Amino acid sequence: MTTLELVRLPGRTAVRGPWGSVVVHPRAVRVTTVASLLALAVGVLSVSVGEFVVPVPDVVRALFGQGDRSSVLVVQTLRLPRIIVGLLVGAAFGLAGALTQSVARNALASPDVVGVTAGAAAAAVSVIVLGLPVPIPLAAIAGGLTVAALVAALTWRDGFSGPRLVLIGIGLGAAAASLTSYLLVRATITDAQRATVWLTGSLNGRGWEHARPVALALLLLAPLALVLGRSLTTLRLGDDVARALGARVDRARLGLVLVAVGLAAVATASAGPIAFVGLVAPQVALRLSRTPGIPLAASAACGALLVVAADLAARLGLSLLTGSPTELPVGAVTAVIGAPVLLVLLRRAARGSTA
Amino acid sequence: MAITVAAALVSLAVGSRSLPTAEVVRVLLEADGSDTSAIVRELRLPRTVLGLIVGAALGVAGAQLQGLTRNPLADPGLLGVSGGAALGVVATGSVLGVGGATGQAWAALVGALLATGAVWLLAGQGRGRSPLDLVLAGVALTALLGSLTTVLVLLDADTLDEYRFWAVGSLAGRDPALLGGVAPLLLLGLVLAVATVRTLDVLALGDDLAAGLGSRVAWGRGGVALSATLLTAGAVAVCGPLIFVGLVVPHLARAVVGPAHLWLLPLSALFGASLLLLADTLGRVVVRPAELQVGIVTALVGAPVLIALVRRQRRVVGA
Amino acid sequence: MTLTTTNALTTKNAPAATAAESAAGPGAGPDLRTHGLVLGYGDRVVVDGVDVAVPTGRISVVVGANACGKSTLLRGMARLLAPRGGCVLLDGRALHQTPTREVARRLGLLPQSPVAPEGITVGDLVARGRAPHQRWWQQWSADDERAVTEALTATDLTELAGRAVDELSGGQRQRVWLAMALAQETEVLLLDEPTTYLDLAHQVDVLELVAELNALRGRTVVMVLHDLNHAARYAHHVIAMKDGAVVAEGPPASVVTEQLVQDVFGLSCAVGACPVTGQPYVVPRGRAR
Repeated sequence: MTTLELVRLPGRTAVRGPWGSVVVHPRAVRVTTVASLLALAVGVLSVSVGEFVVPVPDVVRALFGQGDRSSVLVVQTLRLPRIIVGLLVGAAFGLAGALTQSVARNALASPDVVGVTAGAAAAAVSVIVLGLPVPIPLAAIAGGLTVAALVAALTWRDGFSGPRLVLIGIGLGAAAASLTSYLLVRATITDAQRATVWLTGSLNGRGWEHARPVALALLLLAPLALVLGRSLTTLRLGDDVARALGARVDRARLGLVLVAVGLAAVATASAGPIAFVGLVAPQVALRLSRTPGIPLAASAACGALLVVAADLAARLGLSLLTGSPTELPVGAVTAVIGAPVLLVLLRRAARGSTA
Repeated sequence: MAITVAAALVSLAVGSRSLPTAEVVRVLLEADGSDTSAIVRELRLPRTVLGLIVGAALGVAGAQLQGLTRNPLADPGLLGVSGGAALGVVATGSVLGVGGATGQAWAALVGALLATGAVWLLAGQGRGRSPLDLVLAGVALTALLGSLTTVLVLLDADTLDEYRFWAVGSLAGRDPALLGGVAPLLLLGLVLAVATVRTLDVLALGDDLAAGLGSRVAWGRGGVALSATLLTAGAVAVCGPLIFVGLVVPHLARAVVGPAHLWLLPLSALFGASLLLLADTLGRVVVRPAELQVGIVTALVGAPVLIALVRRQRRVVGA
Repeated sequence: MTLTTTNALTTKNAPAATAAESAAGPGAGPDLRTHGLVLGYGDRVVVDGVDVAVPTGRISVVVGANACGKSTLLRGMARLLAPRGGCVLLDGRALHQTPTREVARRLGLLPQSPVAPEGITVGDLVARGRAPHQRWWQQWSADDERAVTEALTATDLTELAGRAVDELSGGQRQRVWLAMALAQETEVLLLDEPTTYLDLAHQVDVLELVAELNALRGRTVVMVLHDLNHAARYAHHVIAMKDGAVVAEGPPASVVTEQLVQDVFGLSCAVGACPVTGQPYVVPRGRAR
């Protein structure tokens, strides 16, 4: 008979069994669970609505191949892959943002700031505007990883400093962005439109082939993030204390950044640089969970929720307002949903704390 | 100082047609009817002056915002100026059909000021314990405005067409009258900047001190924010969102004179002006006889400088 | 499967291993020494060829004027700085070739002016000291709990376990960091100026605690202290440094002399016997007027 011991410590709980023990923050676990469930619910709802409405129970049946043909087709071929991509990409951005903000110790940091998304964007827009015969996702990954490699190489100077990383990332990111601007200005208006749509971040036309790379990346990198993320608690004590406690400070930071870059690059390649997710999801997760550091799993869950919710709003919103069936790209709406949430949390915190 | 003057001279002398420096100086001092005089005085002088003023304004505003938020990643657009300006331009363009440089400038100005006002209110009017509130409120609202801008731009090809040129940021073809129009704002911003220099140093000392000093600090923060907003809004209204200048230049200035804002602000102004002019000049030269907008070149010039600077420092300053 | 719930860190826990530990005695513990150690920052050499053998199970104190290299020496011994020349040996093995985690389990360091993350509780911070003993599948073992509870008891912080560290006074905060180093359960404790910014009562508190740890549990301690009288009172072994080199080493009575104080600090003084402990006591003469 196995004994499971729950040890209540100030601010967190340890679960101890014969196999080992793990420390969890109960609030963060709650936030992650609720966010994940909500994300799935919104996802199902999103699969259900659209020009061709499939009632929710039929959606569930269609997931297993039951029900009438057209429902199954719509669900499985058109909508489900898109929603899955949304969930995965949202989780990837959320997690990448959490890692970047933790390493940089700056709430303004997001994977965009490390230059990855700017590099990916520049590459993708180059393909669109210059008509290069390269599939966009491939170019995006190549661009993102190239810039990230440059940033990492330039940051390493007998050590890996978080703040230095971010500043160099901003510099290279701005350079990449100027390339994108240049291309946008020189392009024909149609190309500029296509490029702008991609730059906004969109789930339109995303299929299983987009979902697979992101799923793979998450499968490989997310556990790595969780394991490496343990060193974040030690790193927060300062470099000296962290080293004294046995942390390999530079390697840990480099590892975390590489994981963040990988996730961000793959997600950007699949859906474009969906604005704001990598920045707001970790902050929302942090404020809801009230953990001492940014909670990784919760950030991923919040990211997934944000993207599918935004996608639902993007698809419905405009048609509800104007009656036209135009669908907006998801990136146009993420901030419309995410920003108010963040602002509300900020107000609550400001009112709660004593000045 | 010398760098700025040099940059100014270069800006005047170089362009799609190169002019010898001696001639340039001569013609500056006394107009004669020659071609050189026309080019220098009518085309390049206003542009150079514009570059000087806008660059200086953005440099100062950037330094102010980095000091206000104690965050080295802050740029002058953080409080919503660039987001508001963009939405202003796009909204009036698509909804009201306002176009042309002057119309855009006014729209940008109004948008910028409204946006910053909203951020200020949302962030608790500077009374919060830490500047993080201000930063996140600014980021959130900027993203929100950006979203709305994107929606409008995606819905209408003409709007996108106009917007993408404005968004790059350029010194070219700006009517000097525009500069005259925003001059009072810039002047007010400058005066406030001088008045609040000490506040910035106090804010740098930390949250506890700020909390202890209570309302005076809230006023101080407000003054700094207002000053930065006026400077940035004026600059952006005329030339578009040239935000990167304001991010990079304070780092350069800090490396030379240290964190004391009394020196940091003026030097940021000088560096900002120099960088902008150099970028503009480069843009005019590199693809002669066409031009590369200054907004594109600033990043290509500024980024390597920033990176080189950051690499040289053993500990990244201000972070 | 049974599920039990407990509240940890709320009760005092007297160390059970006392008898076993103190029975070990000097000579059976870790051997820390340096050979021709050269340390520096950038192109500056701060510690130049230092040979030091830290007596096991004793309290050693490094003294010297500002910028003589005493903190740097400690950091070198703690593996925070890579040696430019020479080496640091722990039980005969070169320290910088030993894996960091293993070093962290044997050497504990308390750096100067550590900064606690915002909002962290006392219990949480002390628990971080267990990091070198934890793995990703073992994040809070029974051992960890015992060590942290003992550390909190030893530093008299059990009642404060749930409080935020930033709410505490300077003296209390220093005790928290000390408790963290204790929870690390290392045989050697390196303390860099543990008494800075503390008032006299708290300084004595911290030093008495360190002395107790050494006496009762046989921990080897190396401290950097700026107060010569504290050094003379609490040290078994004094290491005096000047300009990156060791100028004198030995028991306080032989090291803390008027001549040495003149050499190392450039200060004229009188050295007498302390009325309480009998150890040397330095009284500066002040400038000649």
